Amino acid sequence: MIVQPVLVVAAALFSLGIYGILVRRNAVMVLLSIELILNSVNINFIMFDTMLADAMMQGQIFTIFIITIAAAEVGIGLAIVLMLFRNRQTANINEFDLMKW
Amino acid sequence: MVNFTTTIFAEGELIYTDGGLLAQYAWLLVLLPFVAALIITFMGKHLPLKGAEVALATIGLIFLYSSALMYSHITSGVVNEFFINVGSIGVFDIEFGWVVDGLSIMMYFVVGTVALLVFIYATNYMEGEIRYTFFFTSLTLFAGSMLVLVSSPTLIQILIGWELVGVCSYLLIGHYWEKKDNSSAAMKAFITNKIADVGLMIGIIILALNTGTLRISEILYQATHEYEKLSTVAFIAAILLFIGAMGKSAQFPLHVWLPDAMAGPTPVSALMHAATMVTAGVYLLARMFPFYKSMAPDALDIVMLFGVITLLAAGLIAVVQDDLKKVLAYSTVSQLGYMVAAIGSGAYTAALFHLWTHAFFKALLFLGAGSVIHAVHSNSMLEMGGLRKVMPKTFATFIIGTVALAGLPPFAGFFSKDEILASFNHEGEITFFFIAVLGAFITAFYMTRAVSLTFLGEYRGHGHPHESHNLMTTPLLALSVFAIASGWVNIPGVYTGFTDWVTTRKNKIVEYHPESFDLFALSSGLLAGLLGIALGYYLYQLQGSAETGDDKIKIQPIWSVLENKYYLDDFYFKYVIDPVKINISRAVDKFNTNVIDRFVNGFGQIASLLGGIVYNNFDQNGIDKLLNMSSSGTDSFGGKVKLLQTGKTQQYLMMFLGGVVTISLLILFII
Amino acid sequence: MELFTNGIGLSAVVFFPLISAFVITLIPKAQEQLIKRFALASSLITFVLSAILLFQFDFSSAEKLQLGNKISWIKSINANYEIGIDGISLPLLVLSTFITVLAIIYSLEHLPEPKSPKGFLALILVLETGMNGTFVALDLILFFVFFEIVLLPMYFMIGIWGDKTVRTVSGFKNQIETRLYASIKFFVFTLFGSAFMLLGFLGLYYRGNKTFSIPELIELGTSGAFTGTFATLVFAVLFLGFAVKVPMWPLHTWLPDAHTAAPTVGSVLLAAILLKLGSYGFVRIAIPILPEQAKAWAPAIAILSAIGIIYGSLACLAQTDLKRLIAFSSVGHMGFVMLGIASLTPIGINAAMIGMVAHGVITGLLFFLSGSMAHTYHTRDMGRLGGNMKLLPKTGALLGFTAMASLGLPGLAGFWGEFMALLGAYNPLDGLNTTVFRTSMVAGAIGTVLTAGYLLWMLQRVNLGEPSDEWSDKDLHDADFYELSAWIPLVILTVLIGVFPKLIFGATNDAVIAMLSKAFGG
Repeated sequence: MIVQPVLVVAAALFSLGIYGILVRRNAVMVLLSIELILNSVNINFIMFDTMLADAMMQGQIFTIFIITIAAAEVGIGLAIVLMLFRNRQTANINEFDLMKW
Repeated sequence: MVNFTTTIFAEGELIYTDGGLLAQYAWLLVLLPFVAALIITFMGKHLPLKGAEVALATIGLIFLYSSALMYSHITSGVVNEFFINVGSIGVFDIEFGWVVDGLSIMMYFVVGTVALLVFIYATNYMEGEIRYTFFFTSLTLFAGSMLVLVSSPTLIQILIGWELVGVCSYLLIGHYWEKKDNSSAAMKAFITNKIADVGLMIGIIILALNTGTLRISEILYQATHEYEKLSTVAFIAAILLFIGAMGKSAQFPLHVWLPDAMAGPTPVSALMHAATMVTAGVYLLARMFPFYKSMAPDALDIVMLFGVITLLAAGLIAVVQDDLKKVLAYSTVSQLGYMVAAIGSGAYTAALFHLWTHAFFKALLFLGAGSVIHAVHSNSMLEMGGLRKVMPKTFATFIIGTVALAGLPPFAGFFSKDEILASFNHEGEITFFFIAVLGAFITAFYMTRAVSLTFLGEYRGHGHPHESHNLMTTPLLALSVFAIASGWVNIPGVYTGFTDWVTTRKNKIVEYHPESFDLFALSSGLLAGLLGIALGYYLYQLQGSAETGDDKIKIQPIWSVLENKYYLDDFYFKYVIDPVKINISRAVDKFNTNVIDRFVNGFGQIASLLGGIVYNNFDQNGIDKLLNMSSSGTDSFGGKVKLLQTGKTQQYLMMFLGGVVTISLLILFII
Repeated sequence: MELFTNGIGLSAVVFFPLISAFVITLIPKAQEQLIKRFALASSLITFVLSAILLFQFDFSSAEKLQLGNKISWIKSINANYEIGIDGISLPLLVLSTFITVLAIIYSLEHLPEPKSPKGFLALILVLETGMNGTFVALDLILFFVFFEIVLLPMYFMIGIWGDKTVRTVSGFKNQIETRLYASIKFFVFTLFGSAFMLLGFLGLYYRGNKTFSIPELIELGTSGAFTGTFATLVFAVLFLGFAVKVPMWPLHTWLPDAHTAAPTVGSVLLAAILLKLGSYGFVRIAIPILPEQAKAWAPAIAILSAIGIIYGSLACLAQTDLKRLIAFSSVGHMGFVMLGIASLTPIGINAAMIGMVAHGVITGLLFFLSGSMAHTYHTRDMGRLGGNMKLLPKTGALLGFTAMASLGLPGLAGFWGEFMALLGAYNPLDGLNTTVFRTSMVAGAIGTVLTAGYLLWMLQRVNLGEPSDEWSDKDLHDADFYELSAWIPLVILTVLIGVFPKLIFGATNDAVIAMLSKAFGG
């Protein structure tokens, strides 16, 4: 089982996600970047599950959980973005500073 | 409760009885007026005569009762005393009670008779006057207070009656209190008496503590039996009691209140001058006479001295007065001087005899003067004159009173004054004797002057005076009978019943009593009286009007000294009353606010100053500052840190990332 | 009447008012009538209880402490709840419950501003507990507690219901509201005295076998347990504590201010009862426990009393404020009481006892009258008053009567205290300097003249003469039913005691003689 390349891919995917979160101004793109991070975690889970040959397949079960949660999260996130867009006519994340002191 | 002990120290030589029921119920005399006063106060205004009938009924009963006592005393002699214990204090028993003996029965009778006539007179005199009902309340109380005084078997009750009389006189003199002069006169009477009362009070205290009792009869018993403890203080106690008597009996120099007391209505003056108030001092001296005689003969000399000074000084002032009532007032002071001097000379009976006759003819004179004043609406003799034609009854009775006062036989004053002169002569006090004779001359003179100015000559006043109502003239007539006949009860060599009456007491009376007429004294007195009348008649009738008469004797500066009453009032006001009332009292008040209070406030200020220092420097700038700094530091730090909170999610994430990276690096390279 | 022999009756007299005050605080403020009725009822019940005590009391052994009890209270310092009455405290206790009833009757319709019957009546009842408690306490700590309880209600009465005018006070730059100045001065002055008094109590406690019980301390004191500098100092501090309360010259200056500023009922209670706490303390505590020191201090007390008599009377002559005049007259009258006490003879101390009761009755009435007049006229300035007899005849007549009683007219209550005090001062206890006492007596006698002077002058200025025009169009109300029913009992009492002083002497005489013979032998 080749572990290293898979880990590299996952790390790259994670870094891309982080980059996207920090850099993208569009809220939708930020949400997508979050998906990337989640998926990089999923890859790691599956890879280690395979490597360890877990009889209970905990890694895969966790992955399914994460996918479910990610779906829910994106659903809520997109709903928020939609509402913000409706009210502010923009999805630019820099325009939203409601949490300022 | 009532202590029926009779005759503990019986020593009188006369045979007497305990008086039976009449004596046992003599407390009615004292109690009735007070009950009546209550009834008049609360119900008087609703009665048909506005309370006067209650007063009259009461005083009538008192008159009847005292007459009965007098009759019983004359026939069989009554001596008894009764005590009621009202409290014990230490070893002292405080007792009230009543005494029935010659002296007190004589006083009951005088008070009862004079008061009854004055009350009858007052119902008409005061008609339509303000506070008619209250006037009768006070008048009844006045008589009642005097009865408390004369019925007293203990010194403490004497003091009570003494001051009650003072208060009643205050109420009556100040009857027209709307005018400040009148209320001031009332105050003057009260305060002057109160000053004298200090003497009485301390005298009683000294006597009580040195005899261990307040009962007069026991004190007198000790006095006549040479108890040593008492004899050491006898002189000072005697003088102090005399000071008390000087106040009530208006002796020089405490006589100043009496003339001012004329501010009261005339019936009050009559009652006060004849029976109730001014006789109290003489009564006290007479009551304590055995004590004076046996233990303080030196004090008696002083008593006599003051009496003689008073009789002359007051008589002289009476000459210059224009106010009819004031002439009579000074005349009273002068006559009281006679009585006091008589006691001082050791003539107990003579003093009381003069008190007895004087009560009737002075009441007569005052009521006559009241009748005149009622008619002409003025007190000033300069606005009278010629009243004999329009007021024949008043004139006739006034003349009787005048002659009685001037001391012509067979009128009452002749006998009593003669007895006083005789006792002076007997004691060998020749100077005093001649002063007293001079006094008799002056008395006759000023009374002739008063009669001339009031009744003779032509009328100088306003309006048309007319004779007074029968209710006023009847008492005058009744009193004239007494003014004529009351002297006949003690004629040396003929009938000396009065001496027996007043010397019938529990304690033996040792005194000088003339057994027959002293012809020298008699002729001197009579001559002086006649000369006085003659001079008065010459100056004021033969020489013309009031003004010319006065002009003849207006010898300066004596006249103005007399008119200003020896400047005694001015002296009192300038050097005693005003300094106390204004200077000293204000100084004390200033001392209070500016010294004591400032001291107290100063404490407060020092405390608050110290507090300020502690508070400002230590508390506020010390402890509290530290506390405040800690909170303000937190505040400013937070203010700076909060700037990180931009609200931009991506910046938060950047920081989060930075944090993760830092921690990771730390873990990697340090741990 | 079992309840009264075991001390419960006596405790009820003390604590019933306090419980009632607590109940009053539970009644809603709006129900004024209920509050008033309840306060009146509870004060009446207290008075009836004290009257029952009067019948239970064995007058034939008035020198014994009776109807009391002793219960352990604070074990760690051996302070007990010890109460009891004898002939000395009985008259004052009954006077206290009696005056409180009258004060409440008066307050039913004549509340001072701001009208708040709930607070005012509750405070009166709390005050009553303090006063009654002081008279029955036989334990120094208990005594002290009650002595201090009295301060608070009076402080609030003066501070809240007092005179709101603004005045200048000597030494202060800014003007101060009269009630504030007076209430603080009253409180701090008295506390100053009682702080020292507490020190004295503690001194007695430590030297005297660790007991606070007054009867036990009297036994110790008369057997000579307290001597030397210690005892002198203890007497000095006790003197300070009691003398402030009396008040004796020169510790009197809180009195005129407090009286002037206090609401009518406040000054009545202050004059009638509170001043007596001090003189009662001398008779109950200071003299029997420290007889030798009392003897040493007696001449000084006599001199201060004589100064107080003369000084108070002279200060009265300078007053223009009616209530202030009456307040200063208290200084003079309490001077007579203290002169009697200083003589240390049965006569003198009996005189002091009757003087206390008489002063309570008469000066209480004077304050009722002057307070009511100040309320009617809205001024206490005697220069503006005048012709009161015409405007308010009933009040005026009563004022005249009371002034006569106050100047010591024989036949009325005030006379006995004055005259007997002078009688006592003439012959003080053996071994005392008679010159000092006789001089004081003469000063006191002169004081009676000055007393007559200022009271008659007051009457002339206030009662007599024609009323000034400023009152002609005013609607002035003479005494109403409530006022008269508060005043007439005092008038009757004044006459009764005056005519029949046995009412007081009957109770006090034996007790006083027993106390003195225990203290000074013979």
